[in-house]
Amino acid sequence: MSMKATVRQVDSITVVDVSGRITLGEACKELREVVRGQLGKGQKNILLNLADVTYIDSSGIGELVSAYTAVSSQGGQLKLLNLTKKVHDLLQITKLYTVFDVHNDEAGAISSFQTA
Amino acid sequence: MKPDASVIELILESKLENVEVAEEIARNVSARAGFNEEAGFRIEMAVHEAVINAIYHGNKEDPRKKVHIRLLVFKDGLEIHIRDEGKGFDPSTLPNPLARENLLNISGRGVFLVREFMDEFRVENCPGGGTEVIMVKHLKSRNQPNQGGTGREHEGDSASG
Repeated sequence: MSMKATVRQVDSITVVDVSGRITLGEACKELREVVRGQLGKGQKNILLNLADVTYIDSSGIGELVSAYTAVSSQGGQLKLLNLTKKVHDLLQITKLYTVFDVHNDEAGAISSFQTA
Repeated sequence: MKPDASVIELILESKLENVEVAEEIARNVSARAGFNEEAGFRIEMAVHEAVINAIYHGNKEDPRKKVHIRLLVFKDGLEIHIRDEGKGFDPSTLPNPLARENLLNISGRGVFLVREFMDEFRVENCPGGGTEVIMVKHLKSRNQPNQGGTGREHEGDSASG
């Protein structure tokens, strides 16, 4: 199963519902384009909903880091929502769990953004 | 490892779409060897990362070069050999992805994850060219996937590719 990313707006926050496999190749490229595309439109507060991500590899983890640094460098915030156990464990192992702001509840995640 | 292994061998072209083929075989062989779902996932992911390294970094996606995979199923575990036809690499030179200065690096976690998920890991440069990654998962650790690991993740030279 390839990756699919669907963008929706909740208040001023861009929510990206990601499903499938985030692995080296087209999936990482697509995720990068979605995040960069939102930044290009001036959407700097992005919530990645990873509830339906079935698999992520080291390149996919790198892509999450890349998205995080790209958004942060433009003064925005990128947060993660609904990690599966596998993704959660990988972020723990790689010590990235403390880097990302991770939420299990969409409403809480939305309200946690500091909007100017 | 005890003797009397059953051996599964396959040779893949250096295409990224073949990674899923290797994963599926690793998943099936792991289950047949007696590993539980979580340990099987870790073996599958280690194979995924090692095959990607072989295709992408080793063979540079050269269609003339192959990835040679050998899975040896022992009564007490699984030994996996993944060989590319590239120029080789020294894993001790890879930066530690857990170091503060590397934490936000985009790449460099592949070999680290293989080491984390398997009980034994070594890299050998083959006499005729190419690099062979050899990794072992002991069945005794099937209920606690990290048990029996080398603890390399805590060494200063923990690395990834």
